[in-house]
Amino acid sequence: MTLRNAAWALGLAALIALPLVHRDPYHLHILVLILIWSFAYTSWSVMGRFGLVSLGHGGFMGVGAYVTALLWNHLGVTPWIGIPVGMAAAGVLALIVAYPCFRFRITGHYFVLVTLALSGIVLQVITATRDYTGGSLGLTPNRTRGSQLLALQFDDKITWYFIALLVWVVGLLIWRWIDRSMSRYAMEAISEDEDAAAAAGVNVTAEKLKITLISALMTALAGALYCQYQMFITPDTVSGISVSLQMVFAVIVGGLYVSLGPTIGAVITIMLAEILRIGFGTKAVGWDNLVYGVLLVVFIIFLPKGILGSVLDRWKTQPEKPKV
Amino acid sequence: MQGFLDIFDIYLLEAVVNGILLGGVLALLALGLNLIFGVIDVTWICYAELVMIGMYGMYYLVQVFHFPYWAAAPLTIMLVAALGAALHYIVIAPLLTAPPINQLLATGGVLFILQSFATVAFGIDFRNLGIRLPVLAFGEMHFSYARLLSFGAALVGMIAVYLFMKRTFTGTAIRAVAQDRQIMALMGVDTKRIYLITSAIGGGLAGLASCLLVLQYDVHPFVGLSFGPITFLICVLGGLGNFFGGFIAAFVFAEIISLGGLFSDLEWGYVLAFAFFIVMMFIRPAGLFARRS
Repeated sequence: MTLRNAAWALGLAALIALPLVHRDPYHLHILVLILIWSFAYTSWSVMGRFGLVSLGHGGFMGVGAYVTALLWNHLGVTPWIGIPVGMAAAGVLALIVAYPCFRFRITGHYFVLVTLALSGIVLQVITATRDYTGGSLGLTPNRTRGSQLLALQFDDKITWYFIALLVWVVGLLIWRWIDRSMSRYAMEAISEDEDAAAAAGVNVTAEKLKITLISALMTALAGALYCQYQMFITPDTVSGISVSLQMVFAVIVGGLYVSLGPTIGAVITIMLAEILRIGFGTKAVGWDNLVYGVLLVVFIIFLPKGILGSVLDRWKTQPEKPKV
Repeated sequence: MQGFLDIFDIYLLEAVVNGILLGGVLALLALGLNLIFGVIDVTWICYAELVMIGMYGMYYLVQVFHFPYWAAAPLTIMLVAALGAALHYIVIAPLLTAPPINQLLATGGVLFILQSFATVAFGIDFRNLGIRLPVLAFGEMHFSYARLLSFGAALVGMIAVYLFMKRTFTGTAIRAVAQDRQIMALMGVDTKRIYLITSAIGGGLAGLASCLLVLQYDVHPFVGLSFGPITFLICVLGGLGNFFGGFIAAFVFAEIISLGGLFSDLEWGYVLAFAFFIVMMFIRPAGLFARRS
C-alpha cells in the first residue's frame, strides 16, 4: 500500500514539476485539455460506475459553461461567482430530471433515454435563445486586457495547467472519497437490486440523488473551466448528445471501474483526435469521430472493462507461481 | 378585435392540423423503435441516424442518379432495412447476453459512426431533393402537400406493419417472441431469424420515414439530432415497447411542438414538449397507458 501511495506522490510531483522543465505551449495546451476533459469524464464515471448511465451530462456541461459566460458577458458578473451559479443551475436541473426518475424507479433504458432527451433539449434551448447565446455560432466571453484573476482569464498556459491539474486532482479525490464511503456500498447494492437494497434499509432515492448531484456539479464545473480556458464555446462543443456520448466513450475505453480510467480515456481520445488532425489536416474532419465510434463498439463487445481496467485485472489475477 | 380573433383561430386550426400531420411521421418512427425494443429488448440510440442515411440515399438516387421519386423510395426503404439487419447482425447479436446498457451504448457508437461517415462521405452541406410540392389552400388555411403525403404514407406504412404482425405466420412469431423470449426458442422458433427480420422491419420503417422527411427537410449529417430526442421521449412517454402508447404519444407531442411553435420559435416547442414530459413522468412514470401493478 505504501508503494502505491509513493507511486501516486511521485506521479503528482512529476506533473507539478513538468511545466517548470518543459514549456512548449502546444504540449501544455494538449495537457490542459486532457486534464479538463479527464475531470469531466471522471465526473461522469462517478455515477456511471453504479449503472446510472446518463447521456444528459452534455446538458450539465453546457449549463455550466453557458451560465458562466452569459453572466460575465451580459451582467459583468465575475466567473468566481458565475461558476458556482452555473454549477447550482446544473444541479437544480439534475434534481428536477432525476427526482421523478428515481422516485418512480425509472432505470435502465428509460433513464438513458430521458437523460438523452435532456441533453438534446439543453442544446435546443441554447440554440433558441440565440439573441443572448449567439446560437450555433458560439459565444466568446468578453476579453479583459491581459491576464486578470477576477475575470479568470490568463494568457499563459502554465497558470491554466496548474488550475486544471488542481481541479483534476480534486476530481480524483472525490472519486476516491465516494469509493471509500458507505455510499459506494449502498449504490452497489442499488445497482444490483433496488428492492433488496431498499429492504436492507438503503434510502434508494436519496442515495441516487446524492451521486447524481455530485456528478452534475462536477460536470458543470468542467464545462465552465473549458469555457474560461478556450474562450469560445458553441452548443455542439459543450452540450448535446455527441458530448454526452463522447464522455461515455472515453470512460468505457479507459475503464469505468478504476479511478484513472477516465483519465486514460481522455489521453487516448484527445491524442487520437490530435494525431488525426496533424496527420490529415482539415481532411480529417469527421474521421476522429468515425474512429471513436468504431472503437466504442469494439470495446463494448470485446473489452467492456476498458483498457486500464483490463490491464489491472490481469495484473491482479496473475496466478502466483506454484511453490516448489 | 373580432377580426383578430378570426385570424387567430385560423392559425390555431392550421397549427392543430399541421400537428396531426407531423404526428404521423413521428408515430412511424416511434413504431420502428418500439418494435425493436419490444422484440429484441434493445434500444437503438442511432435510430434517427438510420433515417439520416436514408435521406442521403434518397438525395443521391433522385438528384445524382435521376431516379424518379416513386422508384427511389422503395430502393431507399430496402437500403435502410438492410442497414438495420446489418446493425443487428454486427453489433447487437454479439451483445445479446451483455448488460442492456452495453447494447445501448454500442448503438451509441454506431451513432458516432453514421454521423461521421456522413460528414466524411457527403460533407456538411445542406442538401435537398429539389422537389417542390404545391401548397394546398383549404379555405384560408394552407397545408403543404408534402405533409399530407407524408401523413398518408406513414399511416399506410403503419397499417401494413399491423397487418403483417396480425395476419402472417412470421408476424405471429414476432409477437410471440416479444411476449416471451425464452419459451419461443423452446417452441421451435428460430429467434435469431426473428430478430433479424424484426431489425430489417425496424430499419424499413426508418427508411420509409426518411423518404417522407426528405420531402420536408434538408438533409445534413446532424439532421438526426433534430428529431431523434423527440422520438425517444415519445417512446418513453408511450411506454417502451407499447405500440399503441407510442402512437398516441406521437400525436400529443406533435401537437405540443406545433402549437408551441405557433406562439414562439420551433425550438421552444421542443422545450415545451420536454417540460410536459417531465410533468407526465410524475403522473404516469411507466408511460401513458401502463397498467398499474
